Amino acid sequence: MRVPLSWLREYVDLPATETGRDVQAKLISAGLEVETVEQLGHDLKGPLVVGKVLTIEELEGFKKPIRFCTVDVGQANGTGEPQEIVCGARNFAVGDKVVVVLPGATLPGGFSIAARKTYGRTSHGMICSSDELGMGDDGTKGIIVLPPEAEIGKDAIELLELVDEVLDIAVTANRGDCLSIRGVARETAIAYRLPLRDPALLDVPGPNAYGYPVQVSEPLGCDRFTARTVTGLSPEARSPIWLQRRLQKVGMRPISLAVDVTNYVMMELGQPLHAYDRNLVQGTIGVRRAAEGEKIVTLDGVERKLHAEDLVITDDRGPIGLAGVMGGANTEIADHDATENGANASTDVVIEAAHFDQVSIARTARRHKLSSEASRRFERGVDPQAASAAAQRTVDLLVLLAGGTAEAGVTEVIAPSAPHTITVPANHPDKVAGVDYGREIVVRRLQEVGCDVYGQDELIVTVPSWRPDLDDVNDLAEEVIRLEGYENLPSTLPKLPSGRGLTHRQRLHRRVGRALAGAGYVEAPNYPFISEQVFDQLLLEAGDPARRVVRLTNPLNDEEPALRTSLLPGLLAALRRNNGRGSHDLALFETGLVFLPRAEQKAAVALPVDRRPTDEEIAELNAALPEQPRHVAVVLAGAREQAGWWGKGRPSDWADAVEAGRAAAREAGADLIVRKGQYGPWHPGRCAEFVVVVDGTETVVGHAGELHPRVVKALGLPERTSAMEIDLDALEEVGNDTPQAPGISTFPVATQDVALVVDKFVPHADVEAALRDGAGELLEGIRLFDVYENAEQLGEGKKSLAYALRFRAPDRTLTVDEASAARDAAVALAGERAGAVLRG
Amino acid sequence: MSAPNKSYDPVEVEALKPEEIERMRDEALAAFAAADSLDALQEAKVAHTGGTSPLALANREIGALPPHAKAAAGKLVGQARGAVNKALAGRQAELEAERDARVLVEESVDVTLPYDRVPAGARHPLTTLSERIEDVFVAMGYEVAEGPQVEAEWFNFDALNIGPDHPARGEADTFFIEGPDGGTESGVVLRTHTSPVQIRSLLNRELPVYVICPGRVYRTDELDATHTPVFHQVELLAVDEGLTMADLKGTLDHMVQSLFGEDMKTRLRPNFFPFTEPSAEMDMVCYVCRGESVGNPDRPCRTCSSEGWIELGGCGMVNPRVLTACGVDPEKYSGFAFGFGIERMLMFRHNVEDMRDMVEGDVRFTRPFGMEI
Repeated sequence: MRVPLSWLREYVDLPATETGRDVQAKLISAGLEVETVEQLGHDLKGPLVVGKVLTIEELEGFKKPIRFCTVDVGQANGTGEPQEIVCGARNFAVGDKVVVVLPGATLPGGFSIAARKTYGRTSHGMICSSDELGMGDDGTKGIIVLPPEAEIGKDAIELLELVDEVLDIAVTANRGDCLSIRGVARETAIAYRLPLRDPALLDVPGPNAYGYPVQVSEPLGCDRFTARTVTGLSPEARSPIWLQRRLQKVGMRPISLAVDVTNYVMMELGQPLHAYDRNLVQGTIGVRRAAEGEKIVTLDGVERKLHAEDLVITDDRGPIGLAGVMGGANTEIADHDATENGANASTDVVIEAAHFDQVSIARTARRHKLSSEASRRFERGVDPQAASAAAQRTVDLLVLLAGGTAEAGVTEVIAPSAPHTITVPANHPDKVAGVDYGREIVVRRLQEVGCDVYGQDELIVTVPSWRPDLDDVNDLAEEVIRLEGYENLPSTLPKLPSGRGLTHRQRLHRRVGRALAGAGYVEAPNYPFISEQVFDQLLLEAGDPARRVVRLTNPLNDEEPALRTSLLPGLLAALRRNNGRGSHDLALFETGLVFLPRAEQKAAVALPVDRRPTDEEIAELNAALPEQPRHVAVVLAGAREQAGWWGKGRPSDWADAVEAGRAAAREAGADLIVRKGQYGPWHPGRCAEFVVVVDGTETVVGHAGELHPRVVKALGLPERTSAMEIDLDALEEVGNDTPQAPGISTFPVATQDVALVVDKFVPHADVEAALRDGAGELLEGIRLFDVYENAEQLGEGKKSLAYALRFRAPDRTLTVDEASAARDAAVALAGERAGAVLRG
Repeated sequence: MSAPNKSYDPVEVEALKPEEIERMRDEALAAFAAADSLDALQEAKVAHTGGTSPLALANREIGALPPHAKAAAGKLVGQARGAVNKALAGRQAELEAERDARVLVEESVDVTLPYDRVPAGARHPLTTLSERIEDVFVAMGYEVAEGPQVEAEWFNFDALNIGPDHPARGEADTFFIEGPDGGTESGVVLRTHTSPVQIRSLLNRELPVYVICPGRVYRTDELDATHTPVFHQVELLAVDEGLTMADLKGTLDHMVQSLFGEDMKTRLRPNFFPFTEPSAEMDMVCYVCRGESVGNPDRPCRTCSSEGWIELGGCGMVNPRVLTACGVDPEKYSGFAFGFGIERMLMFRHNVEDMRDMVEGDVRFTRPFGMEI
């Protein structure tokens, strides 16, 4: 809502010294978000005067038509001689009154005016357009033509009210009343503790039987309808400058007198109005719900199919307006300029000032994607008591400015309603704020906002008609607290019960992030939006469960309408982006949710809000949501270890990716089985599958390894890119974060190395497991320290695995024989289980 | 030690001559002093303290002396040997120090060499700033609550007093989830704030409830320098008996002091949110200029645009209707809540100029933030 300070001052006697910024500070403190204070004309300097065009000479031979004019500016130029001015606009004629800026003046934007040669003549100033004066759009797209009564030589800065301050207020959804000068003036008056001259306090004749007939058959949607008629409007009448200027300052474009007047009164009082051309309305004006499938062409020229819940204004033919949102084209008032020779210009109008149901208007506006100045106000709450005053104000202005005659008939259809009262303990605001205001202040503040207040300890508060947002006790508390000043609230701390710190899941999330960052990975969180084509690029099979996605109905990018089921698409894109920007040695990680549709999908129902939902209801809502486990993923490309003065570097590879999965499992304290796997995006020979055992059942929780060369190519990744992804929540579930301390023996260690020859495809993990089992309790540790393949020495299809075994007893020094016996047992079991042969 | 000699012949035995002993000692001392390497000292050591060295032989002869001469001779030889051993140790230490100095100098390295063999990793500052904020509240006794990001509308809107026709619901720039069989009416959205976690906390936890809810939220804004469709919030909810707006103010003050310094404070401005009543917008003093740029064109402040205050987010007392929807008696309990965006705080706290830097995952952006902020 834009509020010119000059307009505000009409209703509140602010001290003359108060600037827009002063008022801004006061209103912000009271709760109105005054975003900016626009300084209109602050850099404007005259002389800027009214002139009369005496002669026009059309100059030929230029690319566009140019006029050389002489203009009478009276004594404003010091000589009284006609002012010679070159002008490129064409929307004026000899005898028109125009706005002339003379040399020595400065226009908005620091544009200095001096006599200058142009188009072969000397121009001593300019004839101005509204744009050049910073007035906003006046709809003419040319220079300003003033009404003929404007006085030659008069200061146009004052005439056009060019210097002003305009407060721009972001009105919150609850304060419909502040979408009017009246409402902002009331807040200003309260903030300054000055009286308000309420523009809605008008003498209004009572309703009578000879007003325009109105039939409201939907009183729930329309509890008030005032109709007034004005006849004999002069088709030539224009909005006066002051009215046009005020509309421009609040951001509206002047259109025609009747429309301008209704807009003006809406801005002033907050009551949306509509003017019908009486000669186009046929019969009784009605208010009802639309019939399904009924149609209307609204003022914006759009034909709209109506919904059975839409509230419409009708005449004998059918809908003539979408109630509270926009009028219909079939009863549009037309002014002189809009019709052929003014022949069909409206001379008689019916004024509608009605009050419609907030919810109904909100739904209609949303349904038709049609937000108007009227609907914005009705949705947020309009003062129903202002309707008749607003109609009266409109009638008065039309009579005054268009020479019309007000008909004596006054129609008012009012559904009876009781004023809204709230019972509130007098100390409730004190309890909400934590401040002892006391009853006296509470009552006074409530009265200031317009409430009637009775009672002692228990206050009975009748809220004013313009504040439908005041609905319960905390609303009243807020009024008291904000007017007493939020800045005066003390600062205290509640006494909390002792907290239990982070949960296992939360701590694991942090630990995994730290472990990976400690291992050189950089965190790169990505958007969860994906294209389903990425599943083809990742070589997922047709029936892969990961292809089942949650989709958005309104994605930002139509190419990416789905939510991720894997972190890899986003993370690989980040890898590619970094690579493209010249960072080639990359190790990235991400932790985040993936979204997995449930087998049986259903819609979430709307539960009531007047009670706690039952556990069953909550469970049902949750069942409508996809599963959303937290995953962790890494991707690697380029060097894992840099080359340098210490020696050679090492490219990242499948083993780094697998180790990242192990690291996550380690942080979770989860026993992770790593075995050879084969899945979608991974190189079939270089893919590990991660398995955990839950209640005796093996579950695959992730994969790691080098990516498939076709995936690398399809996604434009660096060669040999590796990746890992694992379900962190699954790890947390099987994890144990209270590791048990081992017994530490201080007896000497006995080490034994063994080299075993096995078939090439026997996994190390199997051999190691056999060695462990075979070595028995004396085995303290085992480590694979070499893998070796050589067909000549080992035979075709064989490999050698070299292990260091460490033996130790808790209670004695082992003899060589004891250690050797344990080693032999280990080797024997490896031979039995994995076909391992001790290398000679 | 040789065994006492019981069969000495007192006639043949002569007393040890002090001059001889002194000579032996002096020769040893001279030899040690002359040794110019550890090897030479080792030779001198063998010659002058070994089993066949003169002093060792002299020592052996003491046993053959008659009892009356033994004490004097023992003392004489003992003192000489003591002096010799001391000199040897001294010289040994000297020579070793010389050798160490020489060898260790030769072994010296260029300690300015880089060792970026595996360059350091880093966590994203949005993660670590969020944790930093969580930790402030965990230290006060709050618990961290989490919830789904694909959320039922009831949790995201209705329970928060944003009914189907509430103007705020239309303004929320919501991503909607496709319904079963591709329909549009799923009743499920990408959460537009972390407030649904507050509702879940009130439903799941015993009263009183003191939780902090960090996490990702979604709104249909195109990515540009100041907007991102995916961003992070931290929200706080406290519901207990007798909580007041002053408690809210104090909690906010404590937070900005913990994150920005002891003398920081907040300011509340009235505002409107459906889920709080009264509601407020919260600002904090600009921690860069401390308000000194206001009306001071010579010292403009980029961080607060010379406003003196930085907008943080929204807050207020939990709307009694929200409590009712969660089965909490608003006559008995009251609560406060606030929420703000992590991206915004990261931008002004760490001078991030473009929102896109936070979402593109460029390692050059993230690395300097390290492990914690």
